[in-house]
Amino acid sequence: MIWAAVLATSVGSYLLKLGGLSVPGHVLERPLVRRIAILMPIALLVALAAVQTFASGMSVVLDARAAGLAFAVVALMLRANFLIVIFGAAALAAGVRALS
Amino acid sequence: MSAESVSADWLAARREVARDALSLGLAVGTYGISFGALATTAGLSVLQACALSVLTFTGGSQFALVGVLGAGGSGVSGTLTALLLGTRNTLYGLRIAPVLQVRGLRKAVAAHLVIDESTAMTIAQDSTAHDGRAARLAFWLTGVTIFVWWNTMTLVGAVGAAALGNPEDFGLDAAVGAAFLALVWPQLRVRGGWLVAAVAAAVALLLTPWLTPGLPVLVAGVVGVAAGLAVGPTED
Repeated sequence: MIWAAVLATSVGSYLLKLGGLSVPGHVLERPLVRRIAILMPIALLVALAAVQTFASGMSVVLDARAAGLAFAVVALMLRANFLIVIFGAAALAAGVRALS
Repeated sequence: MSAESVSADWLAARREVARDALSLGLAVGTYGISFGALATTAGLSVLQACALSVLTFTGGSQFALVGVLGAGGSGVSGTLTALLLGTRNTLYGLRIAPVLQVRGLRKAVAAHLVIDESTAMTIAQDSTAHDGRAARLAFWLTGVTIFVWWNTMTLVGAVGAAALGNPEDFGLDAAVGAAFLALVWPQLRVRGGWLVAAVAAAVALLLTPWLTPGLPVLVAGVVGVAAGLAVGPTED
């Protein structure tokens, strides 16, 4: 199952990239399409962040992951490097988990 | 302008582009270590993690797929989420195709390298300078550098995390949410960005108890974009 998803994502991603180099520019360069293209990643990435942090299966829970995300918010506001954001969040969540 | 000064000009420009492309490529590629670690945490094998970095090669989509799979979502919803995120690469391709001027095999290879950073570096060059050579060099050098380093670091991260044992002891599950937030952070500045973000997060969590894992994210993506379109005109 995982392999099927890996390959389907790979083929699809490549075709999306190739399509951009192949399709005449004006076809997709309409304002509405551009706006959707800008907003779609925002909606998906934030939804993913929310679910990764607060969902456990089909329940919504508050656990050590929330502390990790809170660290990430502060670190991002301080313009920290990507790796510091990620591994700092992990370290804080691990610390909270070890103490509780 | 004599031929020599044009050539000296180009040599200087080439050196500058090469320096920028290499440093950006090395910096960005290093994130591969977090992808590799998170992918194996989500239940992928080291080989599957590496296959994603080699074959999919677009970070946001890779994180999305392993995020959905790790949360118990189906392969179909993981793939759909990843591909929706990948649609921005289509727009990047449209934008840089006139500069790249690639055909046939070169186009087939170039397509694989169309990602956030290679596009940003290409656009950052003056497309008229040096007959567009600076922009093309920026694209190829950034793309290839990231490809090599991203894949190397994915392997390091995947093997490292697999050797660690229980990833939750190291908080790596919390790092996934942080990764998505870090990826979206610079994009929130666009008009309506914060509204879209708030709606998407709320919808995803409200639907979590009711829909199978993976689906809340897809619905939140659609509703979030609809909310963003509803608040303003489509022109930027």
